[in-house]
Amino acid sequence: MGRKLLIHNDKVPGIHTLEVYRAHGGYASVEKALKTMTPDQVTDEVKKSGLRGRGGAGFPTGLKWSFLAKPEGVPRYLVCNADESEPGTFKDRYLMEKIPHALIEGMITSSYALGANTSYIYIRGEYFYVSRILEQAIREAYAAGWLGKNILGTNYSLDLSVQVGGGAYICGEETALLESLEGKRGNPRIKPPFPAVAGLWGCPTVVNNVETIAAVCPIVMMGGEEYAKIGIGKSTGTKLISASGHINKPGVYEIELGVPVEEFIYSEEYCGGIRNGKKLKAVVAGGSSVPILPTELILKTAKGEPRLMTYESLADGGFQTGTMLGSGGFIVMDEDTSIVKNLFTFSRFYHHESCGQCSPCREGTGWMEKILKKFLNGTATEADVDLLWDIQSKIEGKTICPLGEAAAWPVAAAIRHFKHEFLEIARNKKFNDVSHYERLKKKTVA
Amino acid sequence: MPKVTIDGIEIEVPKGTTILQAARMIGPEVAPPTMCYYSKLKTSGGYCRTCIVKVTKGSAQNPNPMPKPVASCRTEVMDGMEVQNVTSPEIVEARKGVVEFLLINHPLDCPVCDQAGECKLQDLGYEHGSVKTRYEFKRREYDMIDIGDKIKLHMNRCILCYRCVKTCEQLTDGRVHGVVHRGDAAEISTYIEKAINNDFSGNVIDVCPVGALTDRTFRFKSRVWFTKPVDAHRKCDKCCGKTRVWLKGEEVLRVTARKDQWDEVEDFICNSCRYDHKKKSDWTIEGPSPISRQSVISQNHYEHLNELKVQALKQQKALGFMDINKRP
Repeated sequence: MGRKLLIHNDKVPGIHTLEVYRAHGGYASVEKALKTMTPDQVTDEVKKSGLRGRGGAGFPTGLKWSFLAKPEGVPRYLVCNADESEPGTFKDRYLMEKIPHALIEGMITSSYALGANTSYIYIRGEYFYVSRILEQAIREAYAAGWLGKNILGTNYSLDLSVQVGGGAYICGEETALLESLEGKRGNPRIKPPFPAVAGLWGCPTVVNNVETIAAVCPIVMMGGEEYAKIGIGKSTGTKLISASGHINKPGVYEIELGVPVEEFIYSEEYCGGIRNGKKLKAVVAGGSSVPILPTELILKTAKGEPRLMTYESLADGGFQTGTMLGSGGFIVMDEDTSIVKNLFTFSRFYHHESCGQCSPCREGTGWMEKILKKFLNGTATEADVDLLWDIQSKIEGKTICPLGEAAAWPVAAAIRHFKHEFLEIARNKKFNDVSHYERLKKKTVA
Repeated sequence: MPKVTIDGIEIEVPKGTTILQAARMIGPEVAPPTMCYYSKLKTSGGYCRTCIVKVTKGSAQNPNPMPKPVASCRTEVMDGMEVQNVTSPEIVEARKGVVEFLLINHPLDCPVCDQAGECKLQDLGYEHGSVKTRYEFKRREYDMIDIGDKIKLHMNRCILCYRCVKTCEQLTDGRVHGVVHRGDAAEISTYIEKAINNDFSGNVIDVCPVGALTDRTFRFKSRVWFTKPVDAHRKCDKCCGKTRVWLKGEEVLRVTARKDQWDEVEDFICNSCRYDHKKKSDWTIEGPSPISRQSVISQNHYEHLNELKVQALKQQKALGFMDINKRP
């Protein structure tokens, strides 16, 4: 059994209330940080912990914090990115829904470390009910004196508020999030300047994922060095994984980074194996935008070593034979899944969510979706596979924000590892769908 | 002052110059094409991605190359930076891709488009486009909108460069014009088709690189290459009054702002100059406008003829041709 630091008490009844949360050791990190540590000491602990951003890119959090510009007389902001919209990722929702105070506690500690007196939680529009839970928790925290003026009698004050977005995937990109928070159209900004220099309203800003901020509490409590002992190499600590797809036990699991992928899929503690005794076909390891990998490459690296759930091991072999840990959206597909249809679903999503600002992504995502639709109709030709490859290569890396890459990578990986499926449809002029939904339909008819 | 090398040519530029501006200082051979960047409009650029270049050396202090191609219009030069534009096959290929993306939903109705002949997308397509389209689906369609009685918005042709949005934001007050919807359904629109109603609204026509925003007073009057552009001025209390008047015979067909070498407006003009003074007697004519030799508009203008002759002679001499003027 691995250690749990974030959702260890998620099953406790009433943990969403301040009273129960406090009784289970909540807000201890705020007490420790505000009373015994300076802001720089908190930042140092986070640096020592080796914590990496849990939103997808895996950038070291301590380093990000140390980049924050600190000019005199200019306010600084901490913004929590709760716009979790990557298909296959639902860990932040679970955390905020079950233990909202864990995020608020992390926000107070992190804001103290960064010297921010106003902080925001930007939550996606579809999570409106979660925003109510958070708002209720914030009201409790204000009433108990954890937020507001002179917290715990120190001279540190913090105001925290929740902002609900309009429900756009693109607003999870940090500069688009800031634009949206300012009340503008959620278009990504052109970098540089980075938010650490000119972010929200032109002031230095740090944008962190929900899980990253929540992980600051255990780091402060146990110390950065102790936290760094969990995990392997540069992948330290625990990570929430949203497991979904054709597995026996879908759900949110907290793992110590370094668990073998095979163990994660098949052990009873986690996913519990493939449903209905089917065989594993492919895994999308970190949310829909990371490259898909077939069974032989997800369980073992190209060198034959077992693949582990760490940033480095999953990325081993680059995009030729590897993938990314991303945001931890672990989507498992069994042998009956059509990769082409799955790819169509992803491409439709990226087409719908493109902001329309720069041309390769605006036009290219729609084009890819239309070609994939041809495969599902059985009207595609073999040349369409090459065309798809060409289009994705012309989107990747040419756009303002990473949405272009997020749309191009799944297409590239599907063609790289499952080209035969595309060619089969093109040759037979027919798409045989035995996917989950079809099977479900058959079941209900019978 | 930072030194930057673009396609092997070194130039010293003031601090804060972008790669694009530095390339333009060197000359049109190395200057990347632009569809959305407009030097007269703040925060413009970065959207169309036609000006992407490869930075093979970041700066003297940090010689690492940049991992991805960058938009030259929004990237400032650093001392010792090395940039590849046309010398990088990767960039040439990527630019082809961008042009293809810009064209897949463009109606290509140049034969009936008023912008034809002075359209940036035509130039770009001519230079970087392919002969045949690989797009086989229905193109995006919108209804035409009249923005006021002077401007026609033909959204089908729009490439979403945001220039008109920035013009409206920066030249005029009251935000009535912007982008609605997202992704490939995004469109330029006014607040529920409300007219753009101010003294400088006509400038959106000039900044539009394609035929999406056209002058309703000039619509279908003439192909631009049948008209003769002359620089003219009048006394105007709203704007500089320096314009370009497009003549056909003695008739003034339209009035636009003067454009520079990069097809960018030199000084924005007011609507009164643009729409209300369509008589030749309203204007003091200075002389023919300088038009690029490559432009189809220069077909009707021979002011460069002498210069051309000299150039041709030089070339012929260099190639060892016989001087046709001194025939034995």
